Amino acid sequence: MFELTQSIAGGLVPASAPRALALGAPSLAHLSVLDLAVIAIYFVIVIWIGFYLKSKSNTSEEFFMAGREMTAWIAGLSFVSANLGSLELMGWAGSAYQYGILAAHWYWIGAIPAMLFLGMVMMPFYYVCKTHSVPGYLKLRYGQGSSTVAAVSFAFMTVLMSGVNMFAMAEVMKIVLGWDLSFSIIVSSLAVAAYVALGGLRSAIFNEVLQFVLIWGGALLVPILGLIEAGGWNGFKAKLAANIAKGVTANGDYTHMWRSMGHFADNPMGIHWTGIVFGLGFAISFGYWTTDFLVVQRVLAANSLRSARLAPVIGSFFKMAVPFIVILPGLLGLVVLQNSDGSLMHLVGENVVAANPGAGLHSYNEVLPLMMVRYLGPGLLGLGITALIAGFMSGMAGNVSAFTAIFTYDIYQPHIVKHAKDEHYVLVGRIVTIVGVVISIGAAYMVMHAAGIMDYVQALFSFFISPLLGVVLMGMFWKRATRAGGFWGLLIGTLTSISLWAWVHFDPSALRYVAISPDAKPMAEDMYRALWSVCTSVLVTFIVSIFTKPKTLAELNGVVYGATKLPTEEPVPFYKNEWFWTVIAIVIFLALNIYFW
Amino acid sequence: MHNSGISIWFFIGVLLTIYGAMVLGYGIFELVTGHTANVILANLHAPVWWGAILLALGLFYGLRFRPGRNG
Repeated sequence: MFELTQSIAGGLVPASAPRALALGAPSLAHLSVLDLAVIAIYFVIVIWIGFYLKSKSNTSEEFFMAGREMTAWIAGLSFVSANLGSLELMGWAGSAYQYGILAAHWYWIGAIPAMLFLGMVMMPFYYVCKTHSVPGYLKLRYGQGSSTVAAVSFAFMTVLMSGVNMFAMAEVMKIVLGWDLSFSIIVSSLAVAAYVALGGLRSAIFNEVLQFVLIWGGALLVPILGLIEAGGWNGFKAKLAANIAKGVTANGDYTHMWRSMGHFADNPMGIHWTGIVFGLGFAISFGYWTTDFLVVQRVLAANSLRSARLAPVIGSFFKMAVPFIVILPGLLGLVVLQNSDGSLMHLVGENVVAANPGAGLHSYNEVLPLMMVRYLGPGLLGLGITALIAGFMSGMAGNVSAFTAIFTYDIYQPHIVKHAKDEHYVLVGRIVTIVGVVISIGAAYMVMHAAGIMDYVQALFSFFISPLLGVVLMGMFWKRATRAGGFWGLLIGTLTSISLWAWVHFDPSALRYVAISPDAKPMAEDMYRALWSVCTSVLVTFIVSIFTKPKTLAELNGVVYGATKLPTEEPVPFYKNEWFWTVIAIVIFLALNIYFW
Repeated sequence: MHNSGISIWFFIGVLLTIYGAMVLGYGIFELVTGHTANVILANLHAPVWWGAILLALGLFYGLRFRPGRNG
């Protein structure tokens, strides 16, 4: 059985209250034997899958690319699930509590157009050239230099991201269950190392699909019961309006996405609609969903071009639905979470919690666990916690498997051991998996000292991903782009991003120049920084290409629009056609934005 | 993935079946004994219907994609 400690009710923690094993903080819940059994069974299944798939991961194509045998559904679910890690579950629920439904921008305009663009426009080039990675594509298009720059920066980013996931999971386990940080990190990393080293990408994909189902099975009840308690969506809005009128909730428009985007000062995120549309909707989103190898790798593992194109489209439908289990619980927390005396609970920033130890305060990021503890009894709570663990582990596994492929294919093979037997590279892949996990553990401990996970991740995105987008787009759609253009575009774009970040970091007043408004806040800075770095990489690629010698058309076959003959696909009924589902996805995407305008 | 060994959907079916049975079992225990968990909306007996849904889905996928059966 579980019980709420004093702290969840907002009161002081008595000396006899259960203490956390790590930092002396009280846990939110106590798990029953049933809950622990649910968690243990998950680990057993995960390891079972790893051992089962070991026999199917003997060649490099099997280990790194899952044999390119994934159906559109599996690739599509894995594609979305690889992104359903720490940020999704904890961070965005907390952001929804803090900023309202504005947080859903990251799921809709910040994902759907890019996912559909990947499937319909870019995927044929990735798939036809049979590349094994995004740096692999750059090698075909621009040569080894650009590929190596991208590979090194991506490898660096993935192990850091894996560390972020590890740390986030350990934090959740500490906050919710009182588990020791190091215990959580070691257990999760051992499990991830085991199943990825054994089964390679196929194992990571299997676990991502498994995790996706678990997330819905474990977390969907929270918004359902939350809506029932709040009296439905209209009841929620009425209660929220009443709380704002009484002054117990901060004033703001929590239920509309675009109305407050006219000026930086009109919304709590301090963002302008141009930042959302061009920074988030283009620079960050397209960069992430179309050039981040972590997600593209899942689609490259599809069993046919049609499956590869359908996978992101299938994924887009689920992506549009994810706010129901992430954003909605955060919003509902605004009206249903209460202290023991019946008063409304107020969540605060991490810095406030840290500054008031023992005050029983909870941070925004705890809203999802708080909601789980509120509604989920024995068994169901274990399922919810397992969903969180699965999400974090899947995020780690996704990063580690991508790191392994990039390091082996794009760093080790071209620069260290060029011609070895296939088994050699598989062995290297297994070893690098272990090494990647070890580095991730180090990164996890490093992240503990970072100001905030969200800022950290956003900064990483714009450092590496956005410049890559500019170079990939130029290479894929402009025949004149040259090898030197791609290399310098990528390098200077990345340096621009890092420089802008450093400028604002050391001189916060510079934010008004980077985000073009004195009212801009850090999130707006991330968006504009990403936008400027894309523009820089495109501009540099263009200018350098104009003055250098282009490749011949024959050399560009398979990698550039206009120089590639795409294979004709067998006709299928309309309901199996990727364009049909793309149109449906666009209609739903527009309808959601209009409804919550 | 359906033609080369065990499908991922089978693993999912097994997991959902086990979880569904555990949650449903606890829900029935609550119903029979009247000892409900100290959570909000416990009167809705979510473990019963949510556990039943998980169990049904698990059995469907477990049987539909069981090893040896052509997908």
